[in-house]
Amino acid sequence: MNPFSSGTRLRDMIRAIRASKTAAEERAVVRKECAAIRAAISDNDHDYRHRNLAKLMFIHMLGYPTHFGQMECLKLIASPGFPEKRIGYLGLMLLLDERQEVLMLVTNSIKQDLNHTNQYIVGLALCALGNIGSAEMARDLAPEVERLLKFRDPNIRKKAALCSIRIIKKVPDLAENFIHAAASLLSEKHHGVLITGVQLCIDLCKISTEALEHFRKKCTDGLVKLMRDLANSPYAPEYDISGITDPFLQIRLLRLLRSLGKDDADASDTMNDILAQVATKTESNKNAGNAILYECVAAIMSVEDNGGLRVLAINILGRFLSNRDNNIRYVALNMLMKALAVDSQAVQRHRTTILECVKDSDPSIRKRAVELVYLLVNESNVKPMTKELIEYLEASDPEFRGDLTAKICSIVEKFSPEKIWYIDQMLKVLSEAGNDVKDEAWHSLIVVITNASNLHGYAVRSLYRSVQAAGEQETLVRVAIWCIGEYGDMLVNNAGRLDIEEPLTVTESDAVDVLETSFKSHSFDLTTRAMCLIALLKLSSRFPTCSQRINDIIVQYKGSFVLELQQRAIEFNSIIARHQNIRPSLVERMPVLDEATHSGRKAGSVPAAVSTSQGVSVNLPNGVAKPSAAPLVDLLDLSSDDVPAPSSSGGDFLQDLLGVDLVPVSSQSGTNQAQVSGTNVLLDLLSIGTPSANSSPSTIQASPSNVDTKSPMDLLDRLSSPSAPSVQVSTTAGSSPMLDLLNGFPSSSPIAVTEGNGLAYPSIVAFESSSLKLTFNFSKQPENPQTTLIEASFTNKSGEVLTNFIFQAAVPKFLQLHLDPASGNMLPANSSGSIMQKLKLTNSQHGKKSLVMRIRIAYKVNNKDVLEEGQVNNFPREL
Amino acid sequence: MGIRFILMVNKQGQTRLAQYYEYLTLEERRALEGEIVRKCLARNEQQCSFVEHRTYKIVYRRYASLFFLVGVDNEENELAILEFIHLLVETMDRHFGNVCELDIMFHLEKAHFMLEEMVMNGCIVETSKANILTPIQLMDKAS
Repeated sequence: MNPFSSGTRLRDMIRAIRASKTAAEERAVVRKECAAIRAAISDNDHDYRHRNLAKLMFIHMLGYPTHFGQMECLKLIASPGFPEKRIGYLGLMLLLDERQEVLMLVTNSIKQDLNHTNQYIVGLALCALGNIGSAEMARDLAPEVERLLKFRDPNIRKKAALCSIRIIKKVPDLAENFIHAAASLLSEKHHGVLITGVQLCIDLCKISTEALEHFRKKCTDGLVKLMRDLANSPYAPEYDISGITDPFLQIRLLRLLRSLGKDDADASDTMNDILAQVATKTESNKNAGNAILYECVAAIMSVEDNGGLRVLAINILGRFLSNRDNNIRYVALNMLMKALAVDSQAVQRHRTTILECVKDSDPSIRKRAVELVYLLVNESNVKPMTKELIEYLEASDPEFRGDLTAKICSIVEKFSPEKIWYIDQMLKVLSEAGNDVKDEAWHSLIVVITNASNLHGYAVRSLYRSVQAAGEQETLVRVAIWCIGEYGDMLVNNAGRLDIEEPLTVTESDAVDVLETSFKSHSFDLTTRAMCLIALLKLSSRFPTCSQRINDIIVQYKGSFVLELQQRAIEFNSIIARHQNIRPSLVERMPVLDEATHSGRKAGSVPAAVSTSQGVSVNLPNGVAKPSAAPLVDLLDLSSDDVPAPSSSGGDFLQDLLGVDLVPVSSQSGTNQAQVSGTNVLLDLLSIGTPSANSSPSTIQASPSNVDTKSPMDLLDRLSSPSAPSVQVSTTAGSSPMLDLLNGFPSSSPIAVTEGNGLAYPSIVAFESSSLKLTFNFSKQPENPQTTLIEASFTNKSGEVLTNFIFQAAVPKFLQLHLDPASGNMLPANSSGSIMQKLKLTNSQHGKKSLVMRIRIAYKVNNKDVLEEGQVNNFPREL
Repeated sequence: MGIRFILMVNKQGQTRLAQYYEYLTLEERRALEGEIVRKCLARNEQQCSFVEHRTYKIVYRRYASLFFLVGVDNEENELAILEFIHLLVETMDRHFGNVCELDIMFHLEKAHFMLEEMVMNGCIVETSKANILTPIQLMDKAS
């Protein structure tokens, strides 16, 4: 019985579904049908099995669960007739939910069908295996597929070729069995066999270098000839698409040639002529021709350098870029991004056109263009490019703004020629799209402002002006609040006025007005309002005349229902009212925020973001824990006292991976513990906790007698340890511990000091993959044999630039690991540069256990995320 | 492997055919289809035929009331996929004679058979319309 002749009831069901006016009606129809099908299944109904399955496929397409039909597929596949098998296999491919036991059950049927005398049934089995085969199936059935690659009918050979791809991807060890068979497919005449054979070769090259070498030596000439024949072939009606013979095959061929020519001068040489011919002769007035040209350009960009060809390729892209067809412009932008790595000068020539594309009405084109512009910016063109982008920001539509502002912030941060320019540009961005600016961006701005001591006044006055004009942009307001709190006096007395500034008259009460309006505004979140409170406290000391008014504002919030605000209000009120004598030193200006620490933290926050998205709670080094106030806490480096208790062993790995030291600080820091708990009061209150060495000079001089020798590394350890003593804020603390803390930092980092007299150990290659190499150089301080200093150096062996590079490491419990920020997050191609990162490993079982480390490296190549993992066991034993 | 899924969707946004070449759960599929369809259907004729969504690049083309959407990975040649969609439509036209939404709805399995002859495991198997349709015509004759 044929499944398609008895379609009436299937038709009825589809009609009923179509006739449903609401989703509820449709659900009712589907529920009724599913119930009937389940009943038929349990009755073991033979006659309507295929029809029920056809219905299930329709129901599945609509997005309803159909798992109960899977076993029916197996029964149909096992039945002798072709129509039953046909629909059974289709059902299997559509309804399967990766349940291994179902796949196991079907393996035997597929094996029998692969050996069937009817070639159409063989084809069905191949198709199913190719689409859903698991690793076990691949292993079991690989010999059958190998045999079928030589089957008499080309329609079977082509399917066997694609099936082989599935097999070698699931079980790469099997790749070498297919190399020779794949090579012989390339000399066939049938286009279906050719296109699948070429695809098989492409995938083999990716998996096995042996295959790549083999094809390079044996097949390059043949492929070039094939390509030439296709390009010059007369009209072939069956494969003709707008005057071009089988563009799909041509494109696959070019793709394989690209793999073969990459990093191989001889192979590249062999294909030069044909690439030149395709690039010049292919018709470019139809889509099919342009698709070939596009692929040809990609091939030229990848194969070994040939100046003439490159010029040809860049010219094609230039033509594409000025094309009226948006599809063509899109692919041009896409390809220019790849061309940038090869010939950035040539791409720069198209800069104005690309900038125009940023303003295109089509979001897909805009997105590509912005990505490209981002890569085009360098020191010499940053000013005009930024100007264009910021001007466009005003006109851009809302969903695109987030992307664009992130890119602009990153550009100005990376390439700013001078700080004042950076501040100006950031203020423009914040005023225009402050609500789209990411936390890191405005944090960076504050760090830069604190570091530019001659621009404090300028910054706070510019911010004051901007807030007057664009007070609804929350991040702008935050930066302004922070700066007014710190530099409020300079706002009022116009200190450090630059020649370019227009004079500005602001009274003390004007400044407090800004804070008060922002504080009372309901559109701002807790972080902003909490920042307002701190700024108000600071101003109460800077502006004695406003002190009473500020206290009045603060007092109103002593009963706030928001705990954070209530606590701050009570504490600050107490400081203003009862501790006049210590207030000035409490509200000193923040020490200059260390730029290196900040950028290090930014790099560190990336893996944290990744892991929190997996639902695991982690704390960053320097303990960011409160979700709502997190940006603030982070910014101010509060050693937050509500860090969660150390998590159970499951979380340990992750925390270790992030370089968070869970273990309480070891012996070396023991001497500080007493003082530390004393200073914590002020740490909490004043948010001074940056591990940076160059703290505020003004406070350092205050009490030289208190200098002790604790190292900033210890402090960092302690800050990052969730088990650090938690101390309630108390307003009665004296001021000397704070000074003690600030004085406690030697002015240079201990790693730099120890490097000079460290012992030497042989370097090792800790990790090596096809694209990456990681070497470790070791050194040790003689007086501290437990601790090993490691200098990790990463090089990129591949031909592609690796970006967003992040290295993470985890160690077992007996080791303590500290990771310094990496020197960068971009690795140039072909080992032409490296990233350095310092690690400090402390082995609590020194002499008993040797070092071991698990590593994880994440990066982007061609915008694709790649994750590599490995274990380092080859540490020198004496470490 | 270039092609990760093929969808046919009418202009009301209802899925009429869905073929995935990688495993997604039912919920993921529903969510993905919803997001993509919303994004693509909102675009106008002048805008390009490519939309980036999550890790996919969607190449789409509209024929009368039916949208053909193909999800590919980043390495794929977008223009070639566009051409492939056209080939798919021409092949269906040759079989159904000016194919429309209803043909696909009521002959879902046949549409799948055709697709099976054209794409396997995300790769193109055959580009000759005659070769694609031969097995299907044989089956029709037998019934």
